[in-house]
Amino acid sequence: MTSTHRTVEGGRIDRTTTLGFTFDGEALTGHPGDTLASALLAAGRHSIATSVKLGRPRGVAGAWAEDPCGLVQIEEPFPEPMLLATTVELYDGLAASGLPGQGRLADVPDSARYDAVHHHVDVLVVGAGPAGLAAALTAARAGARVALVDEQSEAGGSLLSGTDQLDGVPATAWVEAAVQELAGSPEVLHLQRTTAFGSYDDGFVLALERRTDHLGAAAPEHLSRQRVWRLRARSVVVATGAHERPVVFADNDRPGIMLAGAARTFLHRYGVLPGREAVVFTTNDSAYDAALDLSRAGVRVQAVVDARPDGAPHRRAECDDAGIPVLPGSVVTGTRGVERVTHALVAPLAGGEVGASSAVGCDLLLVSGGWNPAVHLYSQARGRLRYDEELGAFLPGDDVDGLAAAGAAAGVTDLAGCLADGQRVGRAALASLQLEPAADDRLPSAPEFRTPAAPMVLWRVPDTSGAEGTTQFVDLQRDATVADIARAVGAGLRSIEHVKRYTTIGTAHDQGKTSGVLTSGITAELLGVPVRATGTTTFRPPYTPVSFAALAGRDRGRLFDPERVTAVHGWHVAQGAVFEDVGQWVRPRYYPQPGEDMNAAVLRECAAVRTSVGILDGSTLGKIDVQGPDAAVLLDRIYTNLMSSLKVGSVRYGVLCGVDGMVIDDGTVLRLAEDRFLALTTTGGAAKVLDWMEEWVQTEWPDLRVHCTSVTEQWVTFPVVGPRSRDVIGAVFPGVDVANEAFPFMTWRDTTLDGVPVRLARISFSGELAYEVHLNAWYAMAVWTRLIEAGRRYGITPYGTETMHVLRAEKGYPIIGQDTDGTVTPHDLGMAWAVSKKKPDFIGKRSFARPANTDPRRKQLVGLLPTDGSTVLPEGSQVVELHPDGVLPPPPVPMLGHVTSSYRSAELGRPFALALVRAGRSRIGETLHVPLDGSLVPVEVTASVLVDPEGARRDG
Amino acid sequence: MAELLRTHPLEAWTDTFAALPAAVGITVEPFVAMADVRLGALAPDESARLGVDLPRTPNTWVPAGDGRAVWLGPDEWLLTSTAETPEELEDRLRAVLVPHGGAAVDVSAQRVSLRLTGERVRDVLARGCALDLHPRVFRRGACAQTTLGLAGVVLLALSDDGSDHGVLVRSSFAGYLADWLLDAALEFTTTEQ
Repeated sequence: MTSTHRTVEGGRIDRTTTLGFTFDGEALTGHPGDTLASALLAAGRHSIATSVKLGRPRGVAGAWAEDPCGLVQIEEPFPEPMLLATTVELYDGLAASGLPGQGRLADVPDSARYDAVHHHVDVLVVGAGPAGLAAALTAARAGARVALVDEQSEAGGSLLSGTDQLDGVPATAWVEAAVQELAGSPEVLHLQRTTAFGSYDDGFVLALERRTDHLGAAAPEHLSRQRVWRLRARSVVVATGAHERPVVFADNDRPGIMLAGAARTFLHRYGVLPGREAVVFTTNDSAYDAALDLSRAGVRVQAVVDARPDGAPHRRAECDDAGIPVLPGSVVTGTRGVERVTHALVAPLAGGEVGASSAVGCDLLLVSGGWNPAVHLYSQARGRLRYDEELGAFLPGDDVDGLAAAGAAAGVTDLAGCLADGQRVGRAALASLQLEPAADDRLPSAPEFRTPAAPMVLWRVPDTSGAEGTTQFVDLQRDATVADIARAVGAGLRSIEHVKRYTTIGTAHDQGKTSGVLTSGITAELLGVPVRATGTTTFRPPYTPVSFAALAGRDRGRLFDPERVTAVHGWHVAQGAVFEDVGQWVRPRYYPQPGEDMNAAVLRECAAVRTSVGILDGSTLGKIDVQGPDAAVLLDRIYTNLMSSLKVGSVRYGVLCGVDGMVIDDGTVLRLAEDRFLALTTTGGAAKVLDWMEEWVQTEWPDLRVHCTSVTEQWVTFPVVGPRSRDVIGAVFPGVDVANEAFPFMTWRDTTLDGVPVRLARISFSGELAYEVHLNAWYAMAVWTRLIEAGRRYGITPYGTETMHVLRAEKGYPIIGQDTDGTVTPHDLGMAWAVSKKKPDFIGKRSFARPANTDPRRKQLVGLLPTDGSTVLPEGSQVVELHPDGVLPPPPVPMLGHVTSSYRSAELGRPFALALVRAGRSRIGETLHVPLDGSLVPVEVTASVLVDPEGARRDG
Repeated sequence: MAELLRTHPLEAWTDTFAALPAAVGITVEPFVAMADVRLGALAPDESARLGVDLPRTPNTWVPAGDGRAVWLGPDEWLLTSTAETPEELEDRLRAVLVPHGGAAVDVSAQRVSLRLTGERVRDVLARGCALDLHPRVFRRGACAQTTLGLAGVVLLALSDDGSDHGVLVRSSFAGYLADWLLDAALEFTTTEQ
């Protein structure tokens, strides 16, 4: 298909290069510089798709992001839904299709890169039109750090769409010079194809840069396709221009009906004639430019239909010269045509009454109802809008701290005014930064401004079609009409926010860029209140749609969340360990041998530990160095048990409670010196416990002379566990007397290995004879390797977290956060022995005296043995009690508690579980039931310690 | 002296780092002794007894002999030394500080030290650090405790032109950060076809 509607010359397209693309399967061509929309229009094609609810044909109605209609799906090179044909830059090989309202997500992974960059500036200017360029130049010339972002493919804004002259030459020459000047300023960041989509407090603005979208399949893979800019500016200039607003009339949605300014853009920027015969319907002067420009370009302008009783007298002569009939005091009441508008129905308007209409043939109907300043970023920053009765538009009101609108975004309508306003706002920004404007900060001279005739505020034309507003479309994407607004008002809704939600107006991809203010006006009319009373709906980010892929950026795959690893992680990987996530830590869960599943591996690892020796990488345990003359005082207050009585060289297990007396963490404490302790926490509790200590020291007890320092990653911790652990430790550390009498349970000893300090501690989390090996992580791999070598003759078995869990559960040792849930006291865990009765006070003490904490019916930690000897109860299973006659109580069946841990035990030769059960300790010996897969599994309640309750094994 | 082999958390990345172009250089600094210092009742202006006049201005660092003294908080500093062993450093500091209720803790293996150099290094940092690192505000002597990507770091400005930065990261996060940096630098390490 040929480009039937391309002008002979002009436009900012590269006619020497032809790009091939397909739309709805049809092969078409265009040029670099085209958008998909301009290339389609150049081929005479207006229709894009049918509407979402009513299936009415819809076409290109705007020239950029304001277009409510032209949604397309990109098929090649990568599937992407819900893009506007007006904002998709054409590239070779583009394959797209029209979308009836809803898109289709890709079913293949997006392999493109997306990233984010933080950038700080003194002045951020949004919009590179005349006002924005003037502001940016003023700031840059003063030496400020400047960012200028603009959503189009090139700078210039409205200057790209017209025939303006500056300094006596086409304004685009001034744009080029300005861009070059900015490029030569080292502290200026100038980004095109970059949409500022959200503005927040303190000068924080988010912008999306489309870096390689326009390159299609030629996009380099190592460059991010899109980039989120996180801009922080001391001063923000919003120079975002204005959106043209349509007037609503019957059947105003047909392809071929578009905004007047958009037609001008297609003509001047893309060299496209959007039709052959045009009718122009306007309420203001700006559309006359479109009529005259199109006429000069060869379009037959059938009429300018001006709703104002007197029209625009000073434009009359130009129209007469061009042979364009002007119909003042007239309106378009409706249209004809199905796939494309064929006629505009024109009628006189007098005193609010519409006369008889006549049909005027056309294939293009241009509409202008005035201009809405693009106040989105100003409003998002909580600027208050002010309704201007004359313009029929909402303008920025009071200044927002550090943010100001300039140019058309502030309601300025002429070029000279926009340039001056940009410079003024730029200088105000400099003043707030205590910077002086440069001496050579001059503006180009613009032609004298002709004051336009006053615009008329007309939201909708009275409906004479008999359809009662049901074809008067307000939001074309949502198929929402004047009748829908009337229905909302009729249902009693008065708030514009409620009307929006009732009608869905403004909720589509364009977020009401053309429909929002119209809805305010029409709603005000229907309610009989001033528009300023109705106001607008809230402007919220994003200004234009942003893909989730762009927001996710590089935080995907392996970089989604940091993987924390220990100093011997590489060894675990080499051994084929299966890993599990423990918070951000990646820990070996088990080390399967060939053919083993997890059950088999864990049973083998457990048996090895209980019969010979195993080794665990426990380096993830939290470690806090507590140092200072009052270190013991602090620990006495933080832990429930007494720590000050601990002797140097000894170790004590301790429990930490919140102020409510509920267990928050536990661990062992080593006294290193009179004034120094090493407190070990759970892996997950490391940061929380350090914060907890700091909070108390800093806010409640600043008098304590004590300092807490995280040493979690300073020290690796390798528990060597099992009856042969003494042999292994003795062999590796000959400087230590490992005999039980010399090195008893719950003590530590310092030694060296080839000059490297090592601390050994008799701590057991399994009930077996065990030694924890602590040392500087630099030497971790060397020492780990020596332990493995020395243990080889005993079949030393590395074991993971799963085996660790089984071994500790067999001994009834709780895991805080698994066997507890923030409602469990030390007493509930059977650890009353760890709660000091001597200490005057400690965190949680007061709560232990509350009746609820001493209630014997509280849930308590007990063991459960399924009586069939084979069922592994799922963790989380509920525990219930049968009536004495063996019948389940009627629903709702009282729940006594739940299973918190459940494993197979190599030692017991059967599965077992830990559970929190109401009055559990008084039920030991009873049989309760656990519902599982529709049947009830009988379980015997036991004490929580199932293996070696006498503690005979801990000394080997 | 120790004969035991020391293993650096970023050993596996050394070759990759070495192949980077100069514009985005990443160097792994070898084992450095580090201690966390709390003065207690010792007046800050008496800190010279620690061998360094500790920086009093928040978010700054100063050279300290063959190492650095980094401000971490109103009463917290990080001292580094390449001449002493971790134990020697902690012992020396504790001898001064303990009588005043202060503290010194060996944290040598707690963090890994990286050096980022080159004209594009600031662009790489900007991909994951929200702070303003422009040389007008972040020049030699400045430091910051912040996040880079999703890892907490201590960032040190080592030059006045923004082309030389030190990064201290928790050892367990070092691998993540190394991968993150290499990925962030991709735009500057890939040759255009």
